Amino acid sequence: MSRAGSTGRILVQLLPRFVQLKGRGVAGWTVIIGSVLVASIVVITILAPWISPHNPIAINVGPILAAPTPEFPLGTNHLGQDMLSRIIWGGVTMLQVAVISVAVCLAVGLPIGLLATYAGGLPDKVSSLVMDSVYAFPGLVLAIAIAAMLGRGVVNMSVAIAVVYVPSYYRIVRSQVLTVKELPYVEAARALGGRSGTILFRYVLPNVVPSIVSVATINFADAILTAAGLTFVGLGLSVAVPDWGWDLTYGRQLLPAGAWWVITFPGVMIVLLALGFTLIGEGLSEIMSPRLEQ
Amino acid sequence: MSLRSYIIARLLLTIPMILLLLTLVFLIIRVLPGDPALLHFEKQVKPEALEAFRRNLGLDKPVPQQYFDYLMGLFRGDLGKSMQDFSPVGGQIFSAFPATLELAIYAMIGAVLIGVFLGVRASQSYNTTEDHSIRTFGIVSYAIPVFFLGMVFQIIFSIQLHWFPSGGRIYPGMEPLGLSVGGVHLVTGLYTVDSLLEGNITKFIQAVRYLVLPSLALGVVLSGVFLRLTRSNMLETSRLDFVTAAKARGLKQSTVLYAYALRNAFLPILTMMGLQFAALLAGAVLTETTFSWPGLGRYLVDRISFRDYTAIQGAVVFFGLLVALVSLIVDILYAYLDPRIRL
Repeated sequence: MSRAGSTGRILVQLLPRFVQLKGRGVAGWTVIIGSVLVASIVVITILAPWISPHNPIAINVGPILAAPTPEFPLGTNHLGQDMLSRIIWGGVTMLQVAVISVAVCLAVGLPIGLLATYAGGLPDKVSSLVMDSVYAFPGLVLAIAIAAMLGRGVVNMSVAIAVVYVPSYYRIVRSQVLTVKELPYVEAARALGGRSGTILFRYVLPNVVPSIVSVATINFADAILTAAGLTFVGLGLSVAVPDWGWDLTYGRQLLPAGAWWVITFPGVMIVLLALGFTLIGEGLSEIMSPRLEQ
Repeated sequence: MSLRSYIIARLLLTIPMILLLLTLVFLIIRVLPGDPALLHFEKQVKPEALEAFRRNLGLDKPVPQQYFDYLMGLFRGDLGKSMQDFSPVGGQIFSAFPATLELAIYAMIGAVLIGVFLGVRASQSYNTTEDHSIRTFGIVSYAIPVFFLGMVFQIIFSIQLHWFPSGGRIYPGMEPLGLSVGGVHLVTGLYTVDSLLEGNITKFIQAVRYLVLPSLALGVVLSGVFLRLTRSNMLETSRLDFVTAAKARGLKQSTVLYAYALRNAFLPILTMMGLQFAALLAGAVLTETTFSWPGLGRYLVDRISFRDYTAIQGAVVFFGLLVALVSLIVDILYAYLDPRIRL
């Protein structure tokens, strides 16, 4: 059987757990509500070209800093841009950054965690020391330093965020591998002369998948909040990209003018998206480790 | 292991970690694609001017030499020269630090108070609407960017209600002087402390008024972890014999809760305070920017807009060292309070 096949089989075995969400009380509902939140925002973002009333980056489509009216339901900003259109489009950046940074984290944290921990000894010690040092650092500050050097752009921003969160993946993978490594069936496989690669991918990896899934879901929320933070300190994308973080950042200067709508709507959207992912992650980790259910 | 040998072992463990952290920051600023000197100027600059600029900052030397100078400098407390005005970055950072420290202290107090209070309430009303609403608050507080919450506070409490100032640290010219006794001058840089040392209640009240919104915003965002921790600890502890015994002796409900059950949660809360310190500093960077609070975070953000890479490096290093120091102190404190750790 192929390696991907066995990982896939574990996922299929886990699937019924997710399907019976309603029967799982609070944790199940948490996942459902979170998924609905995230799915709605994703749908709105995909449909943006058709449902957005105006061009989100065109200036002077309406009056400057108009409060919400029937024509501009969420008001306009200091450039006369329609806030509703910017809200509809603005999720693109956040979702892109979140997906890319989680992918980078997985691509780096998972193999290092698996291989170094399974090998043990020096590779394990060295990688743990490096990961712990990064983990101890104030995340946003480290991301700021990297983003400042890499320059603007969706990919650069995602990489800066990913570096900060790789240790979370590494740590969870490491702790799982340490446990699984000692289980009788893995020892049996080793005693029967199974190759390390086979043992690692067929017996160890599938056990790591569930916890990785819940870490990754919560990490989507972290990535979104960090991206908003980076934008807020002036390391965001260019003005030509509709972005909730950008609206929130520039809206700060408009507060004394009483323009609450410029920050409130993008802020709420960021909270809803981050909340959606957090709820899914929380619910999943409760479902997968029932002893935490309290 | 005795407490002393534990402290020595823990100190020895900190050294490679700090060295690694310093190397990481150096690699980010000097080795990652993008030459800091070129990036600083943004536009076209005469080669001679660029050369002189590099020489002045020591950026013309080979990278290993730069690395060595950087480490040696740090050893002497020298964080390098600013790209903006060539003044020592260290001095600027030390003068901005007390503002951050003051914000951090009050935000942490706020986070612990809110978290512990709500956590105890939730555990008392386990699985009721109150419990669920408090848990929801805990999750939502995690998903709110601190600068958004800060701005919402500004709209409500300063622009609409005029209760608190929307930004800054105190009226210009009102900075507290501290204590002067017989030629000895004592200033902490913490305005709430200095105003009391000076004996000036007006200044103290003003300092507190400026502190309320930023520390509350940061405190609320960080309170979720403490809430969750307190709740689960209290749920576990309330089943233990000594709590039942205390109840059986007819002690008041609040005494049992706060003096008996909560005491058991003290150590985990202390550890969590140490673990949250990094998050606290990261949050402070954003909170300071929101409230024009003149601390380290604001300094870092200002330097980013000037593309002052040596100052960015200095500030990042300082943040890292601070976190390493705090986690060292918390670990030692923990070992002192809980002898099992030393086993």
